[in-house]
Amino acid sequence: MTSTSVTTSTTSTADVPPSTTTFGSDVALITTARGIECDVVVLGPQDAPAIVAFHGLAGHLAGEPTLVALAARFRVYAPVWPGFGSASGEELLEDMLDFALHGADVVSALGLRRPHLYGHSFGGMIAAEMASLAPDAYGGVGLVAPAGLWLDEHPIADIYSMLPFDFPELLCHDPAAGAAMLTGGVDFEDPEAMTAFLIANSRRLGTAGKVLFPIPNRRLSKRLYRLRNPVALVWGAADRLIPPIYASAWHQLIPHAETTIIEAGAHLVPYEQPAAVAGAVASIYDAAG
Amino acid sequence: MKFTWFNLMPWPDLPDDFRQSHRSVWVDIPSSLFDPVRANAVYHEYMDQLEYADELGFDGIGVNEHHQNGYGIMPSPNLIAAGLARRTSKAAICVIGNSIALYNPPIRVAEEFAMLDCISGGRLVAGFPVGTPMDTNFCYGQIPALTRDKYDEAHELIRRAWSEDEPFAFDGKYNQLRYVNCWPKPIQQPHPPIYIPGGGSIETWDFCLDHDYNYSYLSFGGYLAGKRLLDGYWDRVAARDKDDSPYRAAFAQIICVADTDEEAERLYSEHLLYFFNRCLHVYPGYSDPPGYRTIDTIKAGALDQFRAAMQKLFSSTTWGQLVEAGHIIAGSPATVVDRMKDLITTLRVGHVFCLMHNGNMPDWKTRQSSRLFAEEVMPHLRDMWPEWEGDDRWWIHPHEGRVQPESTIADARRHAAEPATVAGD
Repeated sequence: MTSTSVTTSTTSTADVPPSTTTFGSDVALITTARGIECDVVVLGPQDAPAIVAFHGLAGHLAGEPTLVALAARFRVYAPVWPGFGSASGEELLEDMLDFALHGADVVSALGLRRPHLYGHSFGGMIAAEMASLAPDAYGGVGLVAPAGLWLDEHPIADIYSMLPFDFPELLCHDPAAGAAMLTGGVDFEDPEAMTAFLIANSRRLGTAGKVLFPIPNRRLSKRLYRLRNPVALVWGAADRLIPPIYASAWHQLIPHAETTIIEAGAHLVPYEQPAAVAGAVASIYDAAG
Repeated sequence: MKFTWFNLMPWPDLPDDFRQSHRSVWVDIPSSLFDPVRANAVYHEYMDQLEYADELGFDGIGVNEHHQNGYGIMPSPNLIAAGLARRTSKAAICVIGNSIALYNPPIRVAEEFAMLDCISGGRLVAGFPVGTPMDTNFCYGQIPALTRDKYDEAHELIRRAWSEDEPFAFDGKYNQLRYVNCWPKPIQQPHPPIYIPGGGSIETWDFCLDHDYNYSYLSFGGYLAGKRLLDGYWDRVAARDKDDSPYRAAFAQIICVADTDEEAERLYSEHLLYFFNRCLHVYPGYSDPPGYRTIDTIKAGALDQFRAAMQKLFSSTTWGQLVEAGHIIAGSPATVVDRMKDLITTLRVGHVFCLMHNGNMPDWKTRQSSRLFAEEVMPHLRDMWPEWEGDDRWWIHPHEGRVQPESTIADARRHAAEPATVAGD
């Protein structure tokens, strides 16, 4: 079994988890029909209903507490998106259709039938596209602060023009705690560690930029009418990147969705209020059966 | 040696507190700082200077492309070049360049460059920069991780448009065209000399060597800072088994000439500090969006001049520091000759883009500096590469019998003054 790895600074403290190490002990390496290799973290009871979970822009972070919570009752498959791990293949993904089909290809490679979907932020944009293209292929769809819609009156901040030290304030309910989580304890004074961080950051955001830049909208709004699955929309009340007003915009396009706004959570709410997030999505997974 | 006179065309009226009151000279510079009426005079002053440089005997006169930028008000360099093609007939017209990934479709570049080459009588130098992140990603919305790929496709399309004689279909990723048939075609065959302005990406070296283009290193860091990158380029030239003609490379250098070194400081210090302090005040978040640089370039540590470290340096620099570090070459003709010889041999370049108007430099100072350079510096530098004498692979080949536009302007005025004649007379 291979595991995703990232260069971590020797000065990292024991209680600050590195930002992109795996959070489970079981990592499957799969190859999609397109030939893209990816790691998939697998956790939860073997015979439980399956969830395929797509991470956000920081990759797997802080032990993925929401996924761990879900793994009490569900079999969670958390693929590492191309560009976010050690394997390459991100160069093959050029547009939203490539991204949505890669997600579908991962599900096929895992041999899963009608899994539930979970997606946070950038991962939520992908999950929503997958389910809009092929609603019958999936069960419930849990979207946590998903990207994919754009409101002119509430423009989403341009993360591509920000410097990494701007992110904690933007993304976290508690910026100080968030900073440690996001940088994984990298010592920015160390040129080698800085270079490694810049490379990892460039790969992650560079890949995601194909669907997020310059405006995180690839006309998903045209397709959401097809999403007849049970849907949970989950938002941190203090989300400063994609503000909660977007939950209403999503709800307008998916009128049957169940919306949950979670206090003391910002854009990284799955890491800030994992029990509440897990509970909100689990209820529609149960409804989907 | 070939010397091309360059004016970035900065806005001359950025306020004294620009750095403190505004976050960036580029991308989101406030439109309130641009005065169109003032711009009328500014554009003409700058274009007059370019024409003066032609009169002075500079080998080339140069323009470039930037968007939403207070240090360069030429989003369309071809418009300026067109004016120069009508008002000059000797100097190369160096458009360094058209940011080809931004032209939709890129055959626009093929067509406009062909027009410029025809109108100028074969004097176009065609530059194809990949383009800065500020211009390509933040102003023109190109996806950072795909910008280079889009550039490559645009380059292929433009080259084919120039070289193919029959209409052809182009089924690209970013451009799909059924009938590519570039009409007009350039005078210079197989194509005008092509220069690739680079700012640090190592992939650009191989691109230049693959196609035998000129590698033009454009940086405001000056030649001492530029040495590291150009050394890398020459290493690559050797590794690729190409000849090391210095005419394979070009370098942009800020130059100011006065009667004495002290006079240079007295005359030009204010304007150079305006340039470094205000014109280079770029919000760091715009300089390196994730995905723009390749992994190899990040690993090579070839950091962009707009990174935080350079920003900090430029914000508080002094004249002395600028001269000492080679960011600028300034002083008496003798001093400048000396430093230029050092630049030319250190970097091994056959082409220098001479940035002789800088910041908010008034017209008379620009002309004085340019004249001193042309008369008392250039002649001493002409024959720096005797063993490569006559290597014109990266220079213009103008048509001998080309129209001399200055004479047609005089003719037009004379005809306008004559009484009207019956058609057919």
